[in-house]
Amino acid sequence: MLTQATRQDFQTLLDAVTLRSVDDAQPAIVYVETGRRPIAVTRRDFRRAVLGHAAALQRMGIAPRDLVVIAHTQNLESIYAFWGAMLAGAIPSMFPTLTEKLDAEAYMRGMAELTRLSGVRAILTTDAFAAALAVHLPCAVHGSEQLAAAIAPDDAERFAPHSPDPDVIAFLQHSSGTTGLQKGVALSHRAVLNQLASYGDAIRLNDRDVVVSWLPLYHDMGLIAGFLMPLAQGVPLILMSPFDWVQHPALLFRAIHDYRGTLCWLPNFAYNHCARRIRQRDTEGLSAASMRMFVNCSEPVYHESHRLFLERFAAQGVTPEMLAVSYAMAENTFGVTQTPPGQAARLDFVDRLALEHNRLARPVPPDHPSASTRVSCGPPIAGTAVRVVDERGEMLPDRRVGEIAIRSDCMLNGYYKRPDLQPFQDGWYRTGDMGYLAGGEVVVVGRTKDLIINAGKNVYPQDIEAIVNTVPGVHAGRAVAFGVPDEREGTELIAVVAEVETDDPGERRRIGASIRQAVAAQSMVTVSYVRLVDSRWLIKTSSGKIVRAANRDKWLVERRQQAQSVAARSIGMDSA
Amino acid sequence: MDERMVREKLRAFITRDLIRDPDYSLTDAEGIITGGLMDSFALAEFAVYVEREFGVYIPDVDLTVAKMDTLDQMVARVMRDLNEDGSNDFSR
Repeated sequence: MLTQATRQDFQTLLDAVTLRSVDDAQPAIVYVETGRRPIAVTRRDFRRAVLGHAAALQRMGIAPRDLVVIAHTQNLESIYAFWGAMLAGAIPSMFPTLTEKLDAEAYMRGMAELTRLSGVRAILTTDAFAAALAVHLPCAVHGSEQLAAAIAPDDAERFAPHSPDPDVIAFLQHSSGTTGLQKGVALSHRAVLNQLASYGDAIRLNDRDVVVSWLPLYHDMGLIAGFLMPLAQGVPLILMSPFDWVQHPALLFRAIHDYRGTLCWLPNFAYNHCARRIRQRDTEGLSAASMRMFVNCSEPVYHESHRLFLERFAAQGVTPEMLAVSYAMAENTFGVTQTPPGQAARLDFVDRLALEHNRLARPVPPDHPSASTRVSCGPPIAGTAVRVVDERGEMLPDRRVGEIAIRSDCMLNGYYKRPDLQPFQDGWYRTGDMGYLAGGEVVVVGRTKDLIINAGKNVYPQDIEAIVNTVPGVHAGRAVAFGVPDEREGTELIAVVAEVETDDPGERRRIGASIRQAVAAQSMVTVSYVRLVDSRWLIKTSSGKIVRAANRDKWLVERRQQAQSVAARSIGMDSA
Repeated sequence: MDERMVREKLRAFITRDLIRDPDYSLTDAEGIITGGLMDSFALAEFAVYVEREFGVYIPDVDLTVAKMDTLDQMVARVMRDLNEDGSNDFSR
């Protein structure tokens, strides 16, 4: 197992325990799916498949340092292709695939842009989609069948893996945002192994652990915690598709029960989704008592979400000590902090008024009238240093709110083919997250930018606005998108306000529906609120710029007033 | 409960709780998920509501975008179980 103590035994990710182990019959991956039999992959199966894919890629002309994009539905093939590409010395990167909801034209345009800007050598995807994609793209596109056909029976015995330098790029993690303009976070073998060693120690990873994950593989949490870590560490991975899980959330608890899962990483909304939408009869007889940690990660942590989850799954053996938190980001490979195993994440009760007005996290008793409950993300993992800085980059003392900056031995090499983007200032990476330090632990309270985090996904409001601006009937350039924290869902929901000329109710309904459809078809998210307003509703600066925060505040105030007047009418207070 | 009542209850639930716009005039055959009105999370919420409101348990294999994208499909699925033996199956 890779720990800080055994770190020198691992040079690159090709030294992964699952690939090197002589214990062939051990399970590497079990893929579970609603209504189908599970697919169990042993370490031997995994090794054979990965070597076969590496040989096939080489035969198709993939050379070391080539960028290979994998845009499959989540399945075993994408996993084999990813490791196969690394064994061939290429640089793999996972991407979302085209779904029934997305607009095919917009998706293809984005992929073509990405191919052009990043110099993609080949795209690996499903057969159904490969031919259509090939027409649009200036690079090679290979479907699964074509790839499988290129594998020779003796590849597993004969293929000689590339031996990369530990400091070259192992793979890219793409940030979300407009496809093509997405930043590819380039991570070296050394950085990834440093992260896995330190993070493994922080969660006391051991050979009895079993990781259960539904997370998408193109997202840092899914890619590292729910995919690379278990395979590199030789810990069994029980995997499902995010599409399957989101529709059938009980699948997660069924998998934990069936395979005695011990570790699971979840974005905050997933606690609410499981607690509110898993039917009682779907968890009858299931036990989650084998779990060591449910790690809340990748969006702001709500204490209320943990409470709901505990209440719902206490009968399945979930205890407060299992509820852990990690603050993580792709630029640090994954984890920046981690709360210790066997302990509930610490709660910090601070004065909301001091926090909002003085940027000070002043402790108050839990029952204080302006107490705000903050969940600690724990201390930094080994090899990562955290500081909180002001606008000028000066370090702030404990409990002063500022921007979180990090420095570590597991940071990105840089953004792929983007020399214009310099991630570091004096060796520190400014995260864009606002928070404070308290007794060596990190508490995150907000962000410096307008980014929306919806169900674990980073969503740039300007991307949503660009889509809304193309909808007929909307005043071009007169739309705004912002996030609205929602306690019921445990995440930020997306709201759009757009100015329109028509005041015809039927016409407005049509425009509203078109906005929802356009965003769904051209992005990975769904708009929860659409508000159409008359000209000059939106607040602009004197230079004509639409300020998102001010418009969100205006929308929230009007929504509250409307809710109050509806409530008043319903109890007969408003005779009008 | 007749089909018309089931349909109106479901329509009200979807526009109020899932689309979050009670004024939205949802038609019977429009694609609710494929049309971007709600994401696939909402299928799980729909399943919880249908069990609570009508005592109909829809197994996971039937909770897919292909089978539950329109109000017509949802109503038909609920009615199938409501009509099976003339009573609601609350016993399972």
